Amino acid sequence: MKLKQLEGLLGGLTQFPNPKVELEQYPTGPHIASRMLYTAENSFDDITGKVVADFGCGCGTLAVGSALLEAEHVLGIDIDPQSLELAQENAADLELDIDLVWSDIKNLNLKVSQSIPQHLLLNRKQFSAGVHVDTVVMNPPFGTRRNGADMEFLSMGLKVASQAVYSLHKTSTREHIKKMALRGCNARSAEVLCELRYGLPQTYKFHKKKEVDIAVDLWRFVPKAQQ
Amino acid sequence: MRLLTHNMLASNVRGATTGYPLTLEATKWCTKEVELNADFIRGLLPKIDWRALVDATRALGLPELLPEEQPPEEEIFAEGAADVEGSAIRRIHHALLEVHVQEGSLVCPDTSRCFPINKGIPNMMLHEDEV
Repeated sequence: MKLKQLEGLLGGLTQFPNPKVELEQYPTGPHIASRMLYTAENSFDDITGKVVADFGCGCGTLAVGSALLEAEHVLGIDIDPQSLELAQENAADLELDIDLVWSDIKNLNLKVSQSIPQHLLLNRKQFSAGVHVDTVVMNPPFGTRRNGADMEFLSMGLKVASQAVYSLHKTSTREHIKKMALRGCNARSAEVLCELRYGLPQTYKFHKKKEVDIAVDLWRFVPKAQQ
Repeated sequence: MRLLTHNMLASNVRGATTGYPLTLEATKWCTKEVELNADFIRGLLPKIDWRALVDATRALGLPELLPEEQPPEEEIFAEGAADVEGSAIRRIHHALLEVHVQEGSLVCPDTSRCFPINKGIPNMMLHEDEV
């Protein structure tokens, strides 16, 4: 599938009708989502034929995009049940099958690798066995409403993925993200693949301008010792 | 929810030790055909908890679908096996990727906490006092 075609299909998805500010629900635009997935597949072979999980999937843009790029199994996880229903409809409209789970990312319990030291597990109950998920893709909350939300996502992503985690973070937090990923979250490498403009439409009442462009980094994190 | 998702999902409720495998109870499920990808199954199989997968198929009332013990890999990936109706690889593919549980529940093996599945989506949300 060509990039333009992927972007076009993602542009047709239904987005949050009533976004929830406390969850930092901002749509992942088709431009940014298509580039993220296209890079993951064409530069690193991380989507097609893989098990892909979308953390905080919202209306499922990245999950649906992964399915369009022929991921073998796509799992979308979100805390908001209305978003999950939308994601299900979006997938069904394109005749795609994605699995969805209603869960808070920080309480998620997917099988994780035995190679992760106990002290790095968020929660010692986390089950240790084979890792099913190859790749995690996510547009996490940036942690502007609830401090640390972005790190909860990244930390869990690096536990669950065997191959790579693709994520978006504000460019202004680049050094912090890198430090946290390498020192605190079990990443073997943390690389900014490109800087993108995230066009934020006026979503919430506290937004004063019609639209603002913020600079975000597309990251690729590789988990330690799971290769 | 497909059985591949069931195979990786565990309960995280307070009091659970591993929370795995979740006991599947299904009142409604369906099947949808997808193309078999032998390389994908080959990579995935070592990570699959066979016992959990077999128990899940039995919970759906499919006692004949998978054997108690995982067949040897030579048999599963024998040349041409993917084209043979009823071969081990076709059955494994079917169990993991073609069965969709629509209504039912997942029960934590340690605490008996029940997580409902509605419209195919398991609700794994915990109350504050369960974290």
